[in-house]
Amino acid sequence: MEAVSREITVKAVMENLDRVIAFAEETLTGLGCPPKARMQITLSLEELYANVVNYAYASSPGDCGIRIELARKDEHRVAITLQDWGKAFDPLAKEDPDIFLSANDRPIGGLGIFIVKKSMDSVSYRREDGKNIITMTKSW
Amino acid sequence: MEISTNRQGQELTVKLTGRLDTNAAPLVQEKMDQVLTEGVEFLILDMTDCTYVASSGLRVILSAQKKMNALAGAMVVKNVTEDVMEVFEMTGFVDILTIE
Repeated sequence: MEAVSREITVKAVMENLDRVIAFAEETLTGLGCPPKARMQITLSLEELYANVVNYAYASSPGDCGIRIELARKDEHRVAITLQDWGKAFDPLAKEDPDIFLSANDRPIGGLGIFIVKKSMDSVSYRREDGKNIITMTKSW
Repeated sequence: MEISTNRQGQELTVKLTGRLDTNAAPLVQEKMDQVLTEGVEFLILDMTDCTYVASSGLRVILSAQKKMNALAGAMVVKNVTEDVMEVFEMTGFVDILTIE
């Protein structure tokens, strides 16, 4: 089965979020990804992208590359890779929030990566050649 | 994202239209800070036309809930779309919000 892969590189600023999401929507639609999985993937991508913007490149924005690939069409499975050249930052290292606390006891924030973990089948981080690389997969 | 507000006495309705994403969230927060003031006892968050929510949007919603609790008021989230409900479910927001 032919491998399908598309990628985009943008300057990691929040102004480019719409471009990133449009790229993912278009690519995933083209791959036949159904609406629910598409929402989960674009949401996860947004959360990770925001992390790159806010933490990996907190002071001076650099590039962020995003690749979406369908390794084998018959499996209905995509792998999404984000990479940046910012400071080492592992978003998965953070402990999951307690989602059973009352509204008053709940801290504001800290849900982004938790949403990614819940929405995707797998998420992994590695630091390689001065890059932060996050890979996540999703089947439908 | 479009934000419309309607105040009728102690009741405030905030209607969100579009995607409550990382870019929209600060705008909604700013608006909330302006309109959610003393005297509001009942907040209705109308999400009929809100098609998407990211964690940044959840922050704004939780912050409004905390504010209403502090004001000893009530907050109701209305007409939640399927995609948004899924995010509320996975983050436990279904347990801390009053969803109608």
